[in-house]
Amino acid sequence: MVFALGGGLLTLALTLLGLLLFTFVISRVVPIDPLLSILGERATAAQYEAARLALGLDEPMWKQFLIYLGDALQGDLGTSIRSRQPVLSEVAHRFPATLELATLGTLFGVITGVPAGVLAATRPGSIADQVVRVVGLMGYSMPVFWLGLIGLLVFYGQLDWVAGPGRLDATYQMMLEFQMTQYTGMILLDSALNGAWDMFRNALSHIVLPAALLGYISMAYISRMTRSFMMNELSQEYITTARVKGMPEWRVVWVHAMRNVLVPLITVIALSYAYLLEGSVLTETIFAWPGLGSYITDALFAADMPAVLGGTVVVGVAFVTLNMASDILYRLVDPRARA
Amino acid sequence: MSTLRAWLTDPSPTSRRQARLGQSYLAWLRIRRNRLAMAGLVIVGLLLLVAAFAPLIAPHDPLVQDLSRRLLPPGTPGNLLGTDDFGRDILSRILYGARITLYIIALVAVTAPVLGLLIGTVAGYFGGWVDAVLMRITDIFLAFPRLILALALVAVLGPGIGNAVLAIALTAWPPYARIARAETLTVRNSDYIAAVRLQGAGAGRIIWGHIVPMCLPSVIIRVTLDMAGVILIAAGLGFLGLGVQPPMPEWGLMISSGRKFLFEQWWVATMPGLAIFLVSLGFNLLGDGLRDVLDPRSAGK
Repeated sequence: MVFALGGGLLTLALTLLGLLLFTFVISRVVPIDPLLSILGERATAAQYEAARLALGLDEPMWKQFLIYLGDALQGDLGTSIRSRQPVLSEVAHRFPATLELATLGTLFGVITGVPAGVLAATRPGSIADQVVRVVGLMGYSMPVFWLGLIGLLVFYGQLDWVAGPGRLDATYQMMLEFQMTQYTGMILLDSALNGAWDMFRNALSHIVLPAALLGYISMAYISRMTRSFMMNELSQEYITTARVKGMPEWRVVWVHAMRNVLVPLITVIALSYAYLLEGSVLTETIFAWPGLGSYITDALFAADMPAVLGGTVVVGVAFVTLNMASDILYRLVDPRARA
Repeated sequence: MSTLRAWLTDPSPTSRRQARLGQSYLAWLRIRRNRLAMAGLVIVGLLLLVAAFAPLIAPHDPLVQDLSRRLLPPGTPGNLLGTDDFGRDILSRILYGARITLYIIALVAVTAPVLGLLIGTVAGYFGGWVDAVLMRITDIFLAFPRLILALALVAVLGPGIGNAVLAIALTAWPPYARIARAETLTVRNSDYIAAVRLQGAGAGRIIWGHIVPMCLPSVIIRVTLDMAGVILIAAGLGFLGLGVQPPMPEWGLMISSGRKFLFEQWWVATMPGLAIFLVSLGFNLLGDGLRDVLDPRSAGK
């Protein structure tokens, strides 16, 4: 077990190293001269040279990479060209919005996806099974940004059931910034902790549409995997034994089989959570959601490469860590994987 | 017809070609029974036809602007799906857009799997430290978030269709390497490989001529399933303005141009999305069906 944990951590470290190497290579082939964008066109040759030395751009490549690595490990992801703020603090400011959205989306996905998958697995070939399969395949095939636009068009534009883009109405936004303690940066939690239930309802009506759409995408994946895991379990002999004993079918499925389905399902849920963090790039653009995804795309159009790469590193680290954490968790929970 | 069928289903084929064609025929019979897979096949076939004959089918030139006819609703005579903000016919643009989509997925489909096959078979065949190094690299790439990396790559290389393809292909190869390696491990020690080796064939010849063909079925299934994802990523890049550039009729780009007047002229943004959804669904249905038919491991499930 200790060995498994160690192996997992080693892979994690290697993968993160690879990620940083990737962003480093990208940052060095970028056709924009980083010095020109920092100093401006009118810098003298002496200023230019001084800055070049200060940034260590005269060192050999491998040394530059080590410097970059050391900085990144200490949390220095560079300085945004637009705002002149450290990228890490900007990203940290944006991260809760993305986290809130992805968490709620995953929650939707699990709540709908697991029962749908179980339903399909217990009646293979039935109408219900076909419906779950087709609805799932549609989720796989839907461009998320298009689905977001349609959602806005129908539920905001036509039906007016939900609030529009953004996290809060403007009035509540002011309230949040000037009158409240922001404990977590996640508005749903913060407004609840402050007892501001009006604001909570407003935030909820803003988040429900993007979260439901992301949830649909993750439901497609979760229901499919649940179905396959559950069918696999239901064909095992211990299930036959349980049935022969006369155990009610719901208990066979939801207690006995489910216990074993949950183990691989942890990995699936963690993976889909990681995908939602990444998928937020497009969703946040549609819903004007001030999270990490829109931070990266905004920076992209402003040619603010440190911000783009810093954001990429943070999403990458979150993605890789979730991946590895689920892998390690899986080995801990499943005794067969421990050997 | 019946003699052809008898020849194809002959239980004791007399030539290798007959056996191979017979196998394909049986697989085809199994796919044909799967209605969802057939629906997928029809959609993919339609995409190919539309891309090939776009100039013949499209009622208008996809690029010609007519500002007196801008933002007409669907159903207008002459503009079945309406017009966009430059007065261009949306239907014609969608039909021509099929060419761009097909171009992107074809390029990705010939680059990413080949790279993956190369890495996977070499790793599997040689084993040892070669295997360890190559597979570790594959794992690292596999653990990366694809869309974000493609985004970062395009941001650096500059927007454009070629760079979009490059970015997608560079992030798409790892699953193929995994598959190819697994298949290679199962055949590496078999007798026929030993026989070829005894005849003096080199590693390159064995891998290319005798191992790669064994990997192809599972790789092809994976390619079909992956194409849906490739279409979505390409459309996403186009939507963000990082892929194909205006005035080309790329579907993702068309959605983003319709976003400005979503609530007043809804059709400009929604119509191209339908095309993306349909084509991507087609590939998913076909890939799903192909896996059921060709992959014996999942057949029982």
